[in-house]
Amino acid sequence: MTISIDSQDSNTKSLQPKGWLRYLSFSLDHKVIGIQYLVCGFLFYLIGGTLASAIRIELASPMSDFMPRDVYNQVLTLHGTIMIFLWIVPVVNGAFGNYLIPFYVGARDMAFPRLNAVAFWLIPPSGLMLVASYFIEGAAQAGWTAYPPLSITTPQSGQIIWIMSVLLLGGSSIFGGINFIATIIKLRRPGLKLMQLPMYCWAMLGTSLLVVLSTPVLAGTLILLSFDIVAHTGFFNPVLGGNVVVYQHLFWFYSHPAVYIMVLPAFGLVSEILPVHSRKPLFGYTTMVFSIMGIVVLGLVVWAHHMFTSGTPPWMRLFFTIATAFIAVPTGIKFFNWVATLWGGKISINSAMLFSCGFIINFVFGGITGVALAQVPFDIHVHDTYFVVAHFHYIVYGGTVFIIFSSIYHWFPKVTGKLMSEKLGIIHFAITFIGFNLCFAPQHWLGLNGMPRRVAEYDPQFQFVNQISSIGALLMAISTIPFLINIFLSIKDGKNSGDNPWNALTPEWLTSSPPPVENWKGEAPLVEEPYGYGKPISKEN
Amino acid sequence: MTTLDSSKEIKKDNNDVSEHHEDFRIFGLITFLVADGMTFAGFFAAYLTYKAVNPLPDGAIYELELPIPTLNTILLLISSATFHKAGKSLQKNKNSDSQKWLIVTATLGIAFLICQIFEYFNLPFGLTDNLFASTFYALTGFHGLHVTLGTLMILIISWQTRSKGGRITNQNMFPLEAVELYWHFVDGIWVILFIILYLL
Repeated sequence: MTISIDSQDSNTKSLQPKGWLRYLSFSLDHKVIGIQYLVCGFLFYLIGGTLASAIRIELASPMSDFMPRDVYNQVLTLHGTIMIFLWIVPVVNGAFGNYLIPFYVGARDMAFPRLNAVAFWLIPPSGLMLVASYFIEGAAQAGWTAYPPLSITTPQSGQIIWIMSVLLLGGSSIFGGINFIATIIKLRRPGLKLMQLPMYCWAMLGTSLLVVLSTPVLAGTLILLSFDIVAHTGFFNPVLGGNVVVYQHLFWFYSHPAVYIMVLPAFGLVSEILPVHSRKPLFGYTTMVFSIMGIVVLGLVVWAHHMFTSGTPPWMRLFFTIATAFIAVPTGIKFFNWVATLWGGKISINSAMLFSCGFIINFVFGGITGVALAQVPFDIHVHDTYFVVAHFHYIVYGGTVFIIFSSIYHWFPKVTGKLMSEKLGIIHFAITFIGFNLCFAPQHWLGLNGMPRRVAEYDPQFQFVNQISSIGALLMAISTIPFLINIFLSIKDGKNSGDNPWNALTPEWLTSSPPPVENWKGEAPLVEEPYGYGKPISKEN
Repeated sequence: MTTLDSSKEIKKDNNDVSEHHEDFRIFGLITFLVADGMTFAGFFAAYLTYKAVNPLPDGAIYELELPIPTLNTILLLISSATFHKAGKSLQKNKNSDSQKWLIVTATLGIAFLICQIFEYFNLPFGLTDNLFASTFYALTGFHGLHVTLGTLMILIISWQTRSKGGRITNQNMFPLEAVELYWHFVDGIWVILFIILYLL
């Protein structure tokens, strides 16, 4: 059965507001939805970043003098939840996925445009609800993991709002995942083979499989948790005969894949950016594809490495240690492929490239500490210390957030038709890179020496190193300023970029910048070699 | 089945290929059902872990009887068959037959829910009595929610398959096919649930 694009769709489109107002509308255009995700996510990033600054100010001194302990716990919980569910997951999946995937598969929109708009519009209300819970009776205090019995015994209203908010965001994520799978598998332009797709498509396919398979388990778990809180059942309450470890298993069955949901799309994006700015084909396309799929499969069977101190039996420790160590293989393949892509290339040192290289450096560091954490004896030593905090910030900030910035510099001309200022971009990169490493590298030392995470107070002997870390956090906060100035100045009077300022070969650059409403003036181009740099075909372009 | 659509396709085909694509709404629905199935899988995993690890405390009552759930299993399996009949009738352009089969299906769904509620009222334990009681109600309740939604959707599509003025015809079978797929899925989940909760 075939269907044609509903004529109603084009009618609704013409009725929708023009200019910037369409970004506030229930638009069905994938490009508008992508920007909605990005801007909305960035606003939440500013909130989450403010909370992070508050945490670092508190930790500049060993006593809880900046805010009371319970407020510290709330700030910590909100920071984690906002950064994961409202900034990184929506932006690295929703924003870039929606903007780029239809171009990459040669389509005019996503497979299910209405579902797409619904998925986006679930985010602002649930995010606002989450932030507002702070002003009602206090936000949730149990951290982003919401482990019972802590989440059952802390004040209820904040925890229930937290659960509802995360359920809605999970729903949004699942709708997005369904849409990406359908678009990549079913909506490819005739003649375009799977193995010709740009790498970001593969990354999003893998990510969306993880979203669809694991997010529902989190949803089910949180429903049971809310029963425990509201109806006083005992699923996870040991007092009533329940089992807290079951919660941890179910939670990490989602939340470990969630790490890959946050970082796989970044792998895809960096694989798009590096070939363009080093004028070389992506090294090892096929191995990249198999690495992504390998990470997806392995990512689903390693969750209990978060629970080595939760009374896991020895066979379980052995299995999860080995499985986790195996993830280093596909990840390592990807790392070497990126380096090999740069090797001997004609590298342009611009903001996008700098942030991508920053990503590679930070990510390999976070990856090494990750392999270390997979080893049971070491993990037991540093469990719940600042070593873990340092590790995952190297992955999610040093990895994913660096790539988000890199992607913004790379695709800004696509979206606006204007170039960003390279000077401000390089300043932004320098402050971010120095600030980030100053903030998180010392935390490895803190963790190894036994400073516990998630506590407002600490042993005074750690004060000096904590202050260095806080200075780093201050630099990270400052680094946002040149970025914001750059965005506003470039939108207002940036230099005209032309349609393809980077001479890129991926399909999104083969239309005008900014692109027309349905992406292509005529038929979508068939791009069989998205990374064909240095070959005769690139001379024609 | 595709006469109307394919005629449109021929007219536009010369202008632009990418305006047309195969219908992937069922594909999207299957993806969603996989996700939904994972929610149940999480619940089942929790229940089985509890069974393996957490003993029933002394004096706690958790006993299930087989007659009602067995009847419910039969009801749902028959309803899957009647729904299939409804689809076949619509393919042969027999709208009123199709509508009748859909109403039979919805009735079976309602009968299932009534039996389920009857079982709830006659069980010797309540939601918060013990861990297994809670898990039992959560699992059957979550499934019952699916049956309720399914029954409502069947009632809506049975109204829409009416001979005069109905929107579901044998040229527009998607709503019926989608609900049918969902209904088979809910039946399948029930069979797994029946085996795990009542038979194991």
